[in-house]
Amino acid sequence: MTTGSQNEYKKLTTKFSVIRSLTQIWTLFKKDLLLEIRQQYSFYGILLYIGATIFVLFLGIDEPEEKVWNGLFWVIQLFICINAVAKSFLQESRGRMLYFYSIASPGNFVLAKLLFNTLLMVVMSLLSLLLFSLFLGYPVVRTGPFVGLVLLGGWSLSLIFTFLAAIAARAQQNAAIMAVLGFPLIVPQLILLMKISNATFNPLLSLHASNILLLGALDVLVILLAVILFPFLWKD
Amino acid sequence: MYRSWWKILSVVLLVYTFTAGLLLKVPHLPALEETIRNLYFHVCMWFAMMILFTVSVINGIKYLRTFNIRYDIISRQYATTGIVLGLLGYATGAIWMSYTWADPNNPAFQSFGALAREPKLIGTAVALLIYFAYLVLRDSIADMDKRARISAVYNIFAYAMLFPSIWIVPRLLPSLHPGQEGNPAMNFKDVDSSMRVVFYPAVIGWTLLGVWITTIKIRIGLLKEKKWQ
Repeated sequence: MTTGSQNEYKKLTTKFSVIRSLTQIWTLFKKDLLLEIRQQYSFYGILLYIGATIFVLFLGIDEPEEKVWNGLFWVIQLFICINAVAKSFLQESRGRMLYFYSIASPGNFVLAKLLFNTLLMVVMSLLSLLLFSLFLGYPVVRTGPFVGLVLLGGWSLSLIFTFLAAIAARAQQNAAIMAVLGFPLIVPQLILLMKISNATFNPLLSLHASNILLLGALDVLVILLAVILFPFLWKD
Repeated sequence: MYRSWWKILSVVLLVYTFTAGLLLKVPHLPALEETIRNLYFHVCMWFAMMILFTVSVINGIKYLRTFNIRYDIISRQYATTGIVLGLLGYATGAIWMSYTWADPNNPAFQSFGALAREPKLIGTAVALLIYFAYLVLRDSIADMDKRARISAVYNIFAYAMLFPSIWIVPRLLPSLHPGQEGNPAMNFKDVDSSMRVVFYPAVIGWTLLGVWITTIKIRIGLLKEKKWQ
């Protein structure tokens, strides 16, 4: 073989492996989606959780001021995320994990989970925003940036808690340990989110692109860490 | 004797810190006055804490590369000693704060909540909470190898997330704490040259003391390990 054709061959194999891992991620993602559609109780369970929590808040306080609204909104997001994401690894039985181990690579597996939980959390964030604006008033002045921020925040939360769910599942613990492990880790992101979203309540404050970029960078960091560290979690 | 030179060095440096730190001339700054001497204790303990946590993470990575249980014990013990130094850093910081920040004439500082909102306090509280969670996670797993692997993974993940909460986020928020621009205490202009002669030896002294305590704890851990086998 000449060096040229060798290079060509190498290029082709890397292309194939990228396509193969993409299809693997997509298949695993579809599997999670299908499971969610078949067993709708968990989806409706989270919906009920969102509705009940916000209704209780509505009974307790009516029309809170901006800062309180902001704080409550993000704390509720945090709790929704724990409930929505916790089962992602806990639902997989030992035998099924062994099966996935034999057919998929750990990186692809965790990426599929991250993707699915991102979708789940984005939907839940939008729903809770809707309910919040219905029940507790809508102090947001700049809707566009705030909705974007809610999506970004939901994504950030889901990424961290997906990885912690993997840890909790491996430790054979319930969702309580997820909260213990996750709350300190999520604090920097929550502070950033609350700080940025404060600016959307007041037309005089400006949004800083650097803060939003920082959040994005943190998300990328979490994805990278998850892909690097997950293989060590699922080996037995 | 030749292997314990660093223990002797640690004692000498700490004795130097306590005597020279309390006796040497320091610059007189408004509001700080003589409390500036706390720099040799408060800041140095945080330094030592970060160094010990870093050593803990490095040993966690080493464990994942070799699966030698020894590194797991080392990693755990460095984390606990780091926590102790962090608590000491808090205590010295609280004393310092009560003389400089807590102004009885300023209504903003009447409650603990107002002081606790300080971003640097939040960042370090996060650091300590992370390592408390690390210890809780460890104790929740019975199987030894599994415990070592999972806690090493959490250690690395948590350390990576700790960085933004200590070094980046506090700078975005308003703060009374010095070192808002740049790296606190790492900047040569921050610390007066007359204080640097005590400051750097003090950092080394506190770190060596932490390492000394940890090595003893590691020896105990390894002995316990042997007994159970």
